[in-house]
This record gives sequence, structure tokens and C-alpha cells, in this order.
Amino acid sequence: MTRRLLGPGLLALVLLGAWEAYARLGGVDEFLLPAPTRIAEALWVDRGLLWDDFVVTAGEVLLGIGVALVAGIGAAVALHFSPLVRRTAYPLLVASQTIPIVIVAPLLVVWLGYDLAPKLAIIGLICFFPVTVTALDGLRGVDPELRKLMRTLDASRWQAFRRVEAPAALPSLLSGAKIAVAVAVIGAVLAEQAGSSRGLGHLILQAIPQFETARAYAAVVVLSAFAVSLFGALALAERRLVPWANRNQGDNA
Amino acid sequence: MPAKGAPILDRQAPVGEPRAAAGGVLVDGVRRAFGDVVALDGMSLRVRRHEVVAVVGPSGCGKSTLLELVCGLQRPDSGRVEGEPAVLMPQRDLLLPWSSALDNAALPLRLRGVGRTEARERARPLFAQLGLEGFEGARPHELSGGMRQRVAFLRTLLSGKPLLALDEPFASLDALTRAQMQEWLAGALAREPRSVLLVTHDVEEAVVLADRVVVMSPRPGRAVGEIEVGLPRPRKRTDPAAVALRERALELLR
Repeated sequence: MTRRLLGPGLLALVLLGAWEAYARLGGVDEFLLPAPTRIAEALWVDRGLLWDDFVVTAGEVLLGIGVALVAGIGAAVALHFSPLVRRTAYPLLVASQTIPIVIVAPLLVVWLGYDLAPKLAIIGLICFFPVTVTALDGLRGVDPELRKLMRTLDASRWQAFRRVEAPAALPSLLSGAKIAVAVAVIGAVLAEQAGSSRGLGHLILQAIPQFETARAYAAVVVLSAFAVSLFGALALAERRLVPWANRNQGDNA
Repeated sequence: MPAKGAPILDRQAPVGEPRAAAGGVLVDGVRRAFGDVVALDGMSLRVRRHEVVAVVGPSGCGKSTLLELVCGLQRPDSGRVEGEPAVLMPQRDLLLPWSSALDNAALPLRLRGVGRTEARERARPLFAQLGLEGFEGARPHELSGGMRQRVAFLRTLLSGKPLLALDEPFASLDALTRAQMQEWLAGALAREPRSVLLVTHDVEEAVVLADRVVVMSPRPGRAVGEIEVGLPRPRKRTDPAAVALRERALELLR
């Protein structure tokens, strides 16, 4: 474990060192690019502020991912079971991804209010698509031979789904969820900037005109750390839930 | 290949229904084409009740199509396929990687609505018979190829269907394991007779296991010869009579 962390750790140190040197010696205005040490200082000094806003944003992200998972899995199952839905609704789902969220977000705020609802809508809109696509691919990617076997064993459509398709789709669903957590954080910040009085996105929006650039960067650090830990948690869940996923590829080749 | 197609075999047929009582399966003058490719043409074959019939033929002669027809996974374009409900044992074991060996074997019981505990209790004694005791809880990837194939065979048996359609069940195993598995299968069928349609490209395997060997032509496949094996069991592959039959089958294949 320590050895695995050595490489990324060293790289991060080198990059931070270069950043520090450039920020201090390069003559860049501190309001544009604070040095890493200044950001670290802001992290400590503003920890109370950051924590309060983090709790808000984290709640939005987690709930938003929940919404996206429910909607995404629901959509994938519907698309999987019904060729009609697949033909008619799938192109629309793909098209929904071209909606410029940045522009729609303020409208959603006006429509749904300043509270949680528009945040969940925005995060859900951004995140459900990778979940839907990966879950659907997983469901449809089941070995055709295995489908035949299930048919000769007289499995019903539902049994084939429950016993074979759903577990087989789990690894790709988890990959989709990993993509979703990374973009969910962006979605939360976007939603907060479109209209909010709380959260890290709101904090960043306020800090910059106040020339508290280091605080804004500190908020970004907190957001990244959160996204990375969510991603890590999912990677861990993957190892526990689908231990067969990586092992089998070699066997069947 | 069409994904759907109503099963030709009436799986709900009650035991004692006349057709089931006759047993086995009848394939009569079947033609099956996929686009321009004619897999089978004029294929006929009969498996009597509790008879083991091996089908040998060159690669791509429609052997797998024949099995799928017998299992009701496909319909013939013309001709008849009639017989007992059949279960397919595919070439690859296709065990579910997320389930234990025991649960994989018990899967057909679970699909028939048997509860988990009871399904396991019914599958467990068979594990000992197959030399798999102690591996009930193992995941498929923890088992050797031969063990996986035995679990797959248990699953096939536990489907309770009277006709087993085996698609080169031992092709993926090494020679030594294959010989052991053949011996074991011969023993299992002696203890618990079933109607078996065994597709293989291993003529020796056919002679060791089957009552009759049907030889198929290259595509479009049809039966071009038939050999009554009629040797006493257990058979030895080195027995001169078996070797002679093998030569005859190879002659027909040429």
C-alpha cells in the first residue's frame, strides 16, 4: 500500500512545489493564483465555514446520486425489457444529454425554488445518463449461450433477469456509478451557483469577488477530496460486491 | 439467429402423456438455414428412451444447431422434431460466477420454485457422488476445469428433464481429465439412465460412451452413417473392438 502511494505522492509533491515556486516567485497576483501553502492556511483558518458548506453540498451530492441511480436503473430496466421503449425513448435519453445544463440551471432554480429540489434535478440530469447506459449495456451484454441455457432450464423472463442479467450487470453498473460520482460534484457546484445561499459552490461564488481566492481554492480542494473518496468507496464496494468481475475475463478468453 | 421462437417441445406435457411415454427424441428430415447458410438439410435421427446416441461430424456441420432444435431453442424450417423435454449442456460450463458450486448445481430446482434450503439439500448428496464434496461453497473460479464441468453436469441432471443434450461437454478439458470425465459420465449414466444426445468431434469419446454413433456430413449436415456400438460396459478405449469401431467411424467421416 505504501509503495503504491509513493509514486502519486511524489508527483503531487513535485507539482505542488512547482506551483508554490511559481506563485511566490513568478510575480502572479495572489488573488489570481494563491500558493498551495496559502490554500492550506485557508483550509485551516476557514475550517468551520468550509465544514458547514461541505455538509450541505455533500448532502446534495449523495441525494442527487441516489436520484440518478434510481432513475438510471429504472430507465435501464425499462429499456431492457421493452424493445418499444428502447426504440422510442433511447434516442430521447441521448438527446437529453445535450441540454446545456449551465443555461437551464437558473431556470430550474426559478421553477423549483432555492431549496434542494433544483439541485437534485440538476445532479440527477447529469448523472443518470452514465448509470443508464452502463446498466443497460451490462443487462444486454449477458452471454447469449447463458441465455439459451436459462431457456432450456425453463427460466421465466423474470427469473432470467433476477438470476442472471441483474447480477451480470452489476459490474458495469458500478462503473457507471463511478463516472456519476465524479460528475455529481460538478453538478452540485453548478446548481449552487445558479441560485443558493449555502454550499461550497455558493461559497466559491462569494469568495472570488471578495478577493478570498485562497478560500475558493480551499473549497475546491474539499470538493475534490470528497469526489475522490466517493470514488474510492465505490471501488471498494466493487471489490466486495463483484469479486468475480475482473477474474473471469481471463478465463473466457 | 432468431432470439425468440416458441419451443417446439411441449415442456408442460404431463408424465404419462403418450408422446413422453414413447421417450427419446425423433428428428425427421429436418432442414434449417440461417440466411444463405444451410446448416442442416435432410437430417434424421432417433434417440430411444435411455439410449446414448453420439453425433460426430466435421466442424460446422450443424451439430450445435441439431442440439438447439432438440432443446426447442430453434424451430426447423421444414421437417419434424418431436420428443421428450430436453436440457442443453453447453460446451462451456457457463456456471454463474457469483454463485457457489452448490447453488449453481441447484439452479434448475430454484427455477422450478423449490426453496433455497431444500434445493441445496437435494443437490448436496450428488456432490459426494461426483467427488466434489468439500467444494459445495467454492465459487466457480476456485474450481478446476474438470470440477466445473461436473458441476455443470449436475445442474443438467437436476433439471429433471428426461433427455440430455450434451454439446461437446469435455472438449475444453485436457486429455487426462477428459478420459476421467468420460469414465465418470459412463458410470453416472449406468446408475441413473437417461436419454442422451451427445455431440462430439472426438470419435473415441463417441465409441466409449454411446450405444450408437451417428456420423454427419459436412455442411449442410445430414446423417451419412450409423454405427451400432454394442460393446459391453465398462468399455476400454484400447479394446481392439472399440479401436475397430473408431476406425470405421473415421472412415465414414472421410
